[in-house]
Amino acid sequence: MYKEICTKYAPTKDNLISILHEIQDTHPQHYISVDAVKAVSDYLKVPENHIYGVLTFYSMYSTEPRGKNIIRLCESPPCYIKGSENILRKLKTILGVNVGETTKDGKFTLELCACLGVCGNAPVMMINEDVYGDLTEEKVEDIIEKIRGRN
Amino acid sequence: MSFKRIDLLICCGSGCISAGALKIKERFHEVLAEHNISNEVNMIETGCMGPCDYGPVMVIYPEGIFYKKVTVEDVEEIVTEHFIKGRPVARLMLQEEEKVIAAKKDVPFYQKQIKVALENCGYIDPESMDEYIATGGYEALGMVLTGMSPQDVINVIKESGLRGRGGGGFPTHIKWQMVHDNKSGEKYVICNGDEGDPGAFMDRSLLEGDPHRVLEGMMIAAYAMGATNGFFYIRAEYPLAIARIKLAISQAKELGLMGENIFDSGFSFDAEVRTGAGAFVCGEEMALIHSIEGQRGNPTPKPPYPAVQGLWGKPTVVNNVETFGNIPTIIRKGAKWFSEMGTEKSKGTKVFALTGDIRNTGLVEVPMGITLRELIFDVGGGMIGDGKFKAVQLGGPSGGCLTVDHLDVGVDYESLKERGAMMGSGGVIVMNDEKCMVNVAKFFMDFCVEESCGKCSPCRIGLKQMLEILERITSGRGREGDIEELQRLGESISKLSLCGLGQTAPNPVLSTIRYFREEYETHIRDKSCQNKVCLDLMHFNIDKDRCIGCSLCARKCPVTCITGSREDKYIIHQLECIKCGNCFDVCPVKAIDKIPGIHPDTAAHLQAMEKVTQKYDD
Repeated sequence: MYKEICTKYAPTKDNLISILHEIQDTHPQHYISVDAVKAVSDYLKVPENHIYGVLTFYSMYSTEPRGKNIIRLCESPPCYIKGSENILRKLKTILGVNVGETTKDGKFTLELCACLGVCGNAPVMMINEDVYGDLTEEKVEDIIEKIRGRN
Repeated sequence: MSFKRIDLLICCGSGCISAGALKIKERFHEVLAEHNISNEVNMIETGCMGPCDYGPVMVIYPEGIFYKKVTVEDVEEIVTEHFIKGRPVARLMLQEEEKVIAAKKDVPFYQKQIKVALENCGYIDPESMDEYIATGGYEALGMVLTGMSPQDVINVIKESGLRGRGGGGFPTHIKWQMVHDNKSGEKYVICNGDEGDPGAFMDRSLLEGDPHRVLEGMMIAAYAMGATNGFFYIRAEYPLAIARIKLAISQAKELGLMGENIFDSGFSFDAEVRTGAGAFVCGEEMALIHSIEGQRGNPTPKPPYPAVQGLWGKPTVVNNVETFGNIPTIIRKGAKWFSEMGTEKSKGTKVFALTGDIRNTGLVEVPMGITLRELIFDVGGGMIGDGKFKAVQLGGPSGGCLTVDHLDVGVDYESLKERGAMMGSGGVIVMNDEKCMVNVAKFFMDFCVEESCGKCSPCRIGLKQMLEILERITSGRGREGDIEELQRLGESISKLSLCGLGQTAPNPVLSTIRYFREEYETHIRDKSCQNKVCLDLMHFNIDKDRCIGCSLCARKCPVTCITGSREDKYIIHQLECIKCGNCFDVCPVKAIDKIPGIHPDTAAHLQAMEKVTQKYDD
């Protein structure tokens, strides 16, 4: 599987970041496994330690399995000013997890992230590739319920 | 081709999408089909129109009617009343002091704006190359390739006075000239779309709203310096921007505007998109270059500058998205036209993202030199709610705070720098008088500590030290001399750090000390946060006279630290209180006050604890 993803790209080192993105995005648990690193290392002829160096440098990559849906709540000042702390508290309560953890049913992982660039509608969170703005505690509950139902 | 009676422009910038614009678009499709008028209405998904706070917004032509905060339920009425009967829906229009504003051109938010880079943003369909061409797109590229030498192009940019819009304000033509003069066969041009500044979203909006303009700007730059390959480096947090620019590239290739020997001019050009992976430091040009090369995004010492030794060791120009966005219009309308706008040293316009406690949050483009007062109160509509203006943070975590005394300062590179702030990429975070500046400074510092790549020690260790001092101050353990220590550390970190991140990271702390020193002093000396933001330096109290004894607060308290009865009224046991604020929120008669300073009970307890620890230490 990893090999297939790799071969979509030319075997040059500058494609490393794109390959890692695709591996992580297509993995049902949204992470990059030890086997994946080995496969990429073989394909690009780049030592594994370099790949781990890159993996751990960028905050979007995970080396641990995560949930089906990744919730990324913006923790930047414009969102903070508009009350992102209350949203975080609400998310923690309804999901029953802390930041960086995955719900027991494997459906959600809660993460914090830097600015999502939708500050005009702060506070904001991103679930997978969808952005939700002007959040209130009620809205958050609604959004999570809907996604739970969909899965 | 068919002619339509109505043009319906729905803003599908990320702000409006997050507020539900796509659902509204779907609903329009349904309702128009139900009424059998789908073929009379031309529905266009545009990029960001600017006023994100009003989102979802839309403009309907030929009248130019502007609707705000539209919901799915409103669609039926818009179609039946406006489209069919010709009676625009007044309740969805903007209301200013009981006056209804129908047309977009009359909306106060747009009054002082001049759109250059954002000319087409919110006006054309960003996924249609034809619409871009219809508004004059690729005309500049044509002019350049068929009638100008590379040096001519650089001269025009030089005359226009264009400076980098990413933050530093380095004159664009100098970078171009350096690469142009380099005889190396391989040269690269990079578009920096790694917009990481919290509170900044102009690059995102431009990439999403008018991708062809950025591409055209990049191609003109490439021609001027003799580069044949370009890279767009865009944050992975912006999936729509990435998709739009990829689409623009493939459309341009298909039409022959990109590729080998364009227009038979002998100029060939190809561009690729590379994404980031969540590292703020990659906005720094050397870090960005290393990231494209597939490495950790660590900066390296300059010189050598990228213009001499950049991507894969070859001469490279890194320009910001907005800088490229200005190029086609400068070429088309001329350097003189551009340089007539702005101030003596800062020419043209600048895109700002207004956020925070301001009424009209959103994306604006104003001439350089506009005063902060005009920007915040005229364009931004002033403060939201009852709060008074206290400070504005310009330039994100690298910038500084300015106060009410600076409202008449003109916004240009030099004026802001002189006062301890900076243009940055254009984030404007407005704060009201409920904000604690020490807390804000701590927040920015926390961001920089997290985002420091760790390569050089002043930034890695120094910023951590500053954060620890700030944490001490905000938790009531501040000491005399802390302010001076922060200043000393800040100044050395600015001088010694390797890249822009470290060099500018102390700015928020230094500027808040400069303008709000008394707030630091009350935190340290009186152990009190006058704005009741720092939880350790404030407490909640129930006013017995106002309390009606309903027990709601006691029931909502997660640590059951509120006790009492209907007769005796309720009290908070301060030592157990975690200051979650639940009681404050639920009290039906607002009998709970936030009081600055540590409660005497807590203070006595802390003192006793300190004595114990001291004994232990001795």
